[in-house]
Amino acid sequence: MPDVLSAPLVVEFPFTRSLGPVQSAFLTGLRERSVLGVRTADGRVLVPPAEYDPVTAEEIRELVEVGTAGTVTAWAWNPQPRPCQPLDRAFAWVLVRLDGADTALLHALDAPGGAQSVRTGMRVRIRWALEREGAITDIACFEPDDDGPTTHEARPHSGEFADPVTGITAPARLDYTYFPGRAQSRYITALAGRKTIGERCPSCRKVYVPPRGACPTCGVATDEQVEVGPRGTVTTFCVVNIKAKNVDIEVPYVYVHIALDGADLALHGRIGGIPYDQVRMGMRVEPVWTEGGRHPDHYRPTGEPDADYDSYRELL
Amino acid sequence: MVKEPVAVVGIGQTKHVAARRDVSIAGLVREAAVRALDDAQLTWADIDAVVIGKAPDFFEGVMMPELYLADALGAVGKPMLRVHTAGSVGGSTALVACNLVAARVHRTVLTLAFEKQSESNAMWGLSLPIPFQQPLLAGAGGFFAPHVRAYMRRSGAPDTIGSLVAYKDRRNALKNPYAHLHEKDITLEKVQSSPMLWDPIRYSETCPSSDGACAMVLTDAVGARRAPRRPAWVLGGAMRSEPTMFAGKDYVSPRAGKECAADVFLQSGITDPRREIDAVEMYVPFSWYEPMWLENLGFAAEGEGWKLTESGVTEIGGDLPVNPSGGVLSTNPIGASGMIRFAEAAMQVRGQAGEHQVDGARRALGHAYGGGSQFFSMWVVGAERPTS
Ligand SMILES: [Zn+2]
Repeated sequence: MPDVLSAPLVVEFPFTRSLGPVQSAFLTGLRERSVLGVRTADGRVLVPPAEYDPVTAEEIRELVEVGTAGTVTAWAWNPQPRPCQPLDRAFAWVLVRLDGADTALLHALDAPGGAQSVRTGMRVRIRWALEREGAITDIACFEPDDDGPTTHEARPHSGEFADPVTGITAPARLDYTYFPGRAQSRYITALAGRKTIGERCPSCRKVYVPPRGACPTCGVATDEQVEVGPRGTVTTFCVVNIKAKNVDIEVPYVYVHIALDGADLALHGRIGGIPYDQVRMGMRVEPVWTEGGRHPDHYRPTGEPDADYDSYRELL
Repeated sequence: MVKEPVAVVGIGQTKHVAARRDVSIAGLVREAAVRALDDAQLTWADIDAVVIGKAPDFFEGVMMPELYLADALGAVGKPMLRVHTAGSVGGSTALVACNLVAARVHRTVLTLAFEKQSESNAMWGLSLPIPFQQPLLAGAGGFFAPHVRAYMRRSGAPDTIGSLVAYKDRRNALKNPYAHLHEKDITLEKVQSSPMLWDPIRYSETCPSSDGACAMVLTDAVGARRAPRRPAWVLGGAMRSEPTMFAGKDYVSPRAGKECAADVFLQSGITDPRREIDAVEMYVPFSWYEPMWLENLGFAAEGEGWKLTESGVTEIGGDLPVNPSGGVLSTNPIGASGMIRFAEAAMQVRGQAGEHQVDGARRALGHAYGGGSQFFSMWVVGAERPTS
């Protein structure tokens, strides 16, 4: 499909998390180089700790400190780490049951000996990050601990620390390749020649702008292209008085719904070339293009008499 | 096949606030769930299934949060379902839970909805920068304000109506200890002089951004007999959808909303909702949606809804009180907002609404919508067990 456009779409946002009492103690503990778990009603020690007992559903708050060495219970080799993973060289993802814990923690194992040096049952210990802030990354990774097994009983811990961490920031990033599809690709390509191309439904005869390739009412493909506009009618609008982030438009401006001549639903745009308080429903407008713009920069009044309300009330 | 009657026997909410930094998401939902169980005097072991809802995962950035919330909601070893229908999700979630009891799949179901907006970014979650599209972001208000103007043109409503709704709902919120906004010194003049954000919508005519959760325990006829407090009986429940955009869509009074209302009233044996419904909790994120929904739901003829607002009919003391809780205008943890409407309707017919109780409420409507007027969900609850 050579006529279909595509472009990268990156979405990223730094989410914040409130930790609550148990995760707060766990992450603050890591900052202080101690690993905390929680004891369940049946006596097991969960590491990382949970707020609620997975068996009884009761709130659990009996914190304990476990060892900083443990045993690998399962692993997978990661030959080509991706950006932001714990190590920038090949490593093993491991589940480690720390001494004194009954459950395993997921982390990375730095294994200079390669995949053949990793085995279930091997002893490993925490390598602490030099700079710690109260996050799971305070454990830089695990490393082989050949000094042999040590035993560590879980010891009661108050969970109290000076200056506890109560929230974290969790950056998220998603990388997509976006394809607008054939119908929208045709529409976007036509816009480059300053033409607006809609598509007519073969069943209800409505003209969709922008086209989406199918009529949402009839559920059939729309493949008859129809040029609409360039002039149109303002069906309704609002005056925007607050500046949106990342949009370089001075306020106040008028955000309008415009039914282009020949289209059966309104598209959205901005009005210029007239004071914002003189914009009216029914006003006749035409697009204003700027050099290199993919879309009309804005619409301006044509000077024609306003359209009669009945001519666009079905498009509101 | 005769359906099992469904009763609401437990209701719990958190105190809704701008930011609950003291609890995790698990801690937040837990608080509402425990309050609902306490209200029903039940324990985790009495719950057969859990049905949970929230707005898009992108809001808090926790993908499929129901997986991690299973422990907090006592769902281990039980069925757990997640429902998602944008802003209407709290209502749809309650209806899915309701249908499980009505169909005798489960006897007692915990249903819950939440949002932790302080940890989220609704703008980001809803408005990804799609390539090739013109960045015209005007915010949620920018999406809805042109439809409000269309309503004003169509109905001839005076431009004072939006402020009257906001002033009423903010005063109602003062009677509701769980409401987010408690503006003790609110006056009509303050609402009318608040900044015009998206003309015709003023700042005080928009909803806040809240952290909160709401939970209900739904059970069958046997469960209702054992309940310690008077139950609310579900008389009818309906959902409808339509595309966000199509040629001929009526944004002012969407067909899906009309048909959903007609269905829920038919199920409930209600022929004149204006006379037979005693209290309405409807989803009004911008104040002008009160008169718009009054018409869409069939409480007023087309173009007449604003007259009910203007004449005080929708005040707590009026003969069709709308949003006695203070509504979405006073509390908006998005995913939970629909369930709060459903729960507040149930609280009214249980006589449980405290200071914002509507005297003698016997039948109440809970309403939710979402996704650019795409999804609608509604239920009617009553003080009497349905006869059929
Ligand atoms: Zn069609």
